[in-house]
Amino acid sequence: MGKYVIRRIGQMVIVLFGATLILFACLFVLPGDPVGSLGGDKARDPAVVQELRERYGLDKPLVEQYGNYVTNLVKGDLGEDYTQRRQVTEVLGPKLQNTAKLALAAIVLDVVIGMLAGLIAALFRYSFWDVLVTLLTTLAIGFPSFVIGSIFQSQFAVKLGWFPLISDGSFNSLIMPAVTLAIIDAALVARLMRGTMLEVLRADYVKTAVAKGLPRRTVLFKHVLRNSVIPVVTYIGISFGGLLGGALITEAIFNWDGIGFALVTAIQQQNNPIIVGVVTYGVAVFVVLNLLVDLLYAMLDPRIRLS
Amino acid sequence: MTTNEKTAGKAADKAAEKAAAKTAAEPGKAADEGKKSAPLLEVRDLHVEFKTRDGVAKAVNGVSYSVDAGETLAVLGESGSGKSVTAQAIMGILDSPPGRVAGGEILFHGQDILKLPESERRKLRGPKMAMIFQDALSSLNPVFSVGNQLGEMFRVHQGMSKKDAKLKAIELMDRVRIPAAKQRVNDYPHQFSGGMRQRIMIAMALALEPDLIIADEPTTALDVTVQAQVMDLLAELQREFNMGLILITHDLGVVADVADKIAVMYAGRIVETAPVHELYKRPAHPYTRGLLDSIPRLDQKGQELYAIKGLPPNLLHIPTGCAFNPRCPMAQDVCREDIPELRRVTEQDGTELDGRGSACHFWKETIHG
Amino acid sequence: MTELAKSQGPGAATAEPAAATGTAEPAPARITQWGEIRHRFMANRLAVVGLVLVLLLFLTAALAPLIATHDPYAQDLGNTLASPSGDHWFGTDALGRDQFSRVIYGSRIAVVVGLASIFLACLIGLVLGALAGYFGKTVDTVIMRIADIFFAFPLLIGAIVIILVMGRGVMPVILSLAIFSWATVSRLLRSSILSVREMDYVTAAKALGASTSRIIIRHIMPNSIAAVMSFIAFSVGTAIVAEASLSYLGVGVSPEVPEWGNMISSARDFMGVKDFLWMYPSVAIVLTVLGFVFVGDGLRDALDPKLR
Repeated sequence: MGKYVIRRIGQMVIVLFGATLILFACLFVLPGDPVGSLGGDKARDPAVVQELRERYGLDKPLVEQYGNYVTNLVKGDLGEDYTQRRQVTEVLGPKLQNTAKLALAAIVLDVVIGMLAGLIAALFRYSFWDVLVTLLTTLAIGFPSFVIGSIFQSQFAVKLGWFPLISDGSFNSLIMPAVTLAIIDAALVARLMRGTMLEVLRADYVKTAVAKGLPRRTVLFKHVLRNSVIPVVTYIGISFGGLLGGALITEAIFNWDGIGFALVTAIQQQNNPIIVGVVTYGVAVFVVLNLLVDLLYAMLDPRIRLS
Repeated sequence: MTTNEKTAGKAADKAAEKAAAKTAAEPGKAADEGKKSAPLLEVRDLHVEFKTRDGVAKAVNGVSYSVDAGETLAVLGESGSGKSVTAQAIMGILDSPPGRVAGGEILFHGQDILKLPESERRKLRGPKMAMIFQDALSSLNPVFSVGNQLGEMFRVHQGMSKKDAKLKAIELMDRVRIPAAKQRVNDYPHQFSGGMRQRIMIAMALALEPDLIIADEPTTALDVTVQAQVMDLLAELQREFNMGLILITHDLGVVADVADKIAVMYAGRIVETAPVHELYKRPAHPYTRGLLDSIPRLDQKGQELYAIKGLPPNLLHIPTGCAFNPRCPMAQDVCREDIPELRRVTEQDGTELDGRGSACHFWKETIHG
Repeated sequence: MTELAKSQGPGAATAEPAAATGTAEPAPARITQWGEIRHRFMANRLAVVGLVLVLLLFLTAALAPLIATHDPYAQDLGNTLASPSGDHWFGTDALGRDQFSRVIYGSRIAVVVGLASIFLACLIGLVLGALAGYFGKTVDTVIMRIADIFFAFPLLIGAIVIILVMGRGVMPVILSLAIFSWATVSRLLRSSILSVREMDYVTAAKALGASTSRIIIRHIMPNSIAAVMSFIAFSVGTAIVAEASLSYLGVGVSPEVPEWGNMISSARDFMGVKDFLWMYPSVAIVLTVLGFVFVGDGLRDALDPKLR
């Protein structure tokens, strides 16, 4: 177990370095000069540009830049951003909180709605509710988040005025982006939950549980549910990792001040340190969550041996 | 009555028991004659159907049999013969829908349990009747320890505390001779060998000392060497607790040593009943004879093994007349038209043979000819 | 082995609920063959609807110039933001361009990007998978680690990084989506082939002395390919959404190109006021994605009908 975790962490580090190297190589060959675009359209004094290039280490070769980046990264330093000249960690800090808030709200909705819907659909297979859940989940998967977001904005923000069109960080402005994010995921969770439940309901050990004279609720909530949630929990874990890494589209639709929105803005401004910071963080969260999910999986299913 | 029977049975000589049981085994007759109090379990004219996409599959078509305390009834048949479905109907664990009991009675201690509400039937499962399944690996929940699953019987049915239930679980594991039970009680099913897992299934069925145990192919999934051990254990425990045992199998070899009587099933009907050794000596149904002939024997080494030709019938379209007629070497026109009743089998001089019955138009030719 | 003993990781775990829940019921040898899969697929109403939607999409893309009523690029500054009418069925946008024609032409980008990116992803996945299989352990490990690296990038973020390098446009979008999709493809191919190879009926066929090529063609191929085809159908749908998302974010194809994401994005300024601007392209993309999802679902159910 301990050995396994250490090995996985080693793998994680490799993945992280590989990912940042790819990222760095891409940004290094990027057309256009980030420093040149800093001052907007005005032409710059070449001396100033030169000074700025030195300041950000852009005059150094890729390998050295990457080396510096890694050394600083280990120290928890992501460098200074171009537009505000503040520490990237400092800029992203509050945005991370916002993203986490949104991710948490979305995942709670996911779990509650998705698992409940899947559960009901499986227990009352072929009933009205099952058909309804199957229909809605199938439809939901076809709706890209920007379409859902557009519907919400035009109906609930502009026409009905229930929620602000553009997020201001308040709880009320959290609802539309959270629901937008949750819809597709909840649909996938519901489908997964229904599928595994139906599979588990047919399992021999469920028949055994019935033959043991257990009350129906014990059969369902102990023997069936415990086995059904294993894949669902792992799916939700991975999905949560993705959400924590920043929901680009949803944050952009509602101008939610999280790291996804920060990334989109940084791309428009060619603010490379922010881009590197967000991507590094996103990949790191994804990898860490994956490890956690694997550990959780092994905890939930005793047949899994970590070795 | 239950307790009386039990204590009496425990004290009684097994041979005497058997003799009494034989009378009871006579198809549908025991109750009418009133010679003896009601048997432990009596199935009367049971019908079970399954709704499928392509129509209604008649899995059980009028099965009657009975088992007494301390007695072992072996139900023999191919897959799809309805032997397991009958057992599940007795336990009340049919998958319904699509399955449903379409008719008949299941008398347990003289009471028709089909008339009981589900809540009452549930209380029978475990304390009064229990079932052992074929594949212990898939029949045990993979994510709970065996101690948890054994202890569950005591917790749910007797309201025992977790701690006491675990002690009981260890006791049970000792009882079915699982080594180092104390250390292994928290292990998971996949950590045990096949034989040990099946012992755990047996322990679970025995936990509340039920009156009736149904074992559905309990040794099929096991290695041959382990099969005998598990079978012996089951037989020993059955004697000890004086339980009625229904042993469902397709393996004639398993039956010979442990069963008192046999019911052979085909296409949802009983085609022959007989005390175990009689059946081996003189089958009274061509299907039984076919089964016996297809057992490999040492003295026939080198000869081609006999096999019943054809396939088991499709339950959606059971052949008219005797369901076995398309595969039967003796089939005549009457076999394609009339469904043969399960009739008493007699000697040539007309002497009745105890507990014997055959559902063949030509049973005389089969047994005597 | 550093992987979980039972699966390749949580990704595989979620893809295989059966394995994860361990319902080890001895599955009857599943001999699924072409005719059977096709029959089950065609008997599934939703799958047929999906197939019709997908075919309609292809047809629209191919015949766009014939269907479109106007030049999708032609601006008419005297008639901007016009509501749907007899002349402009879906209205006009802020530059007076005909929305109907732009929605019709938008199908071309969807088809091209969706198919090309997934085709490319499969190609990369197949080549690397074959290399891994051929050279064995070390190469396999290296390739799977590289796949891990690409797998760790969220699709959109990864795609954006590539587009930053290459600039906006159709080609960069295709390439960027392919580069960050192949890892999933190679994982799926690997696990699919491995799992099919282990199935009882393949062992049975081998034991019966069926030749290797016969086993592959008659038994492995229908199952593997149908599984992969089902995955491809889903992936194309995903790629189309991703492509529209990139455009929506302003990093996809150029803004003047008739493309659904572009159209929805430029409707943002008129949200709730001129809803026809985003509604028609939204309907187009939803129907497209649903088409692919239904086909994917249909294929999966045709393979494993018990889960329906």
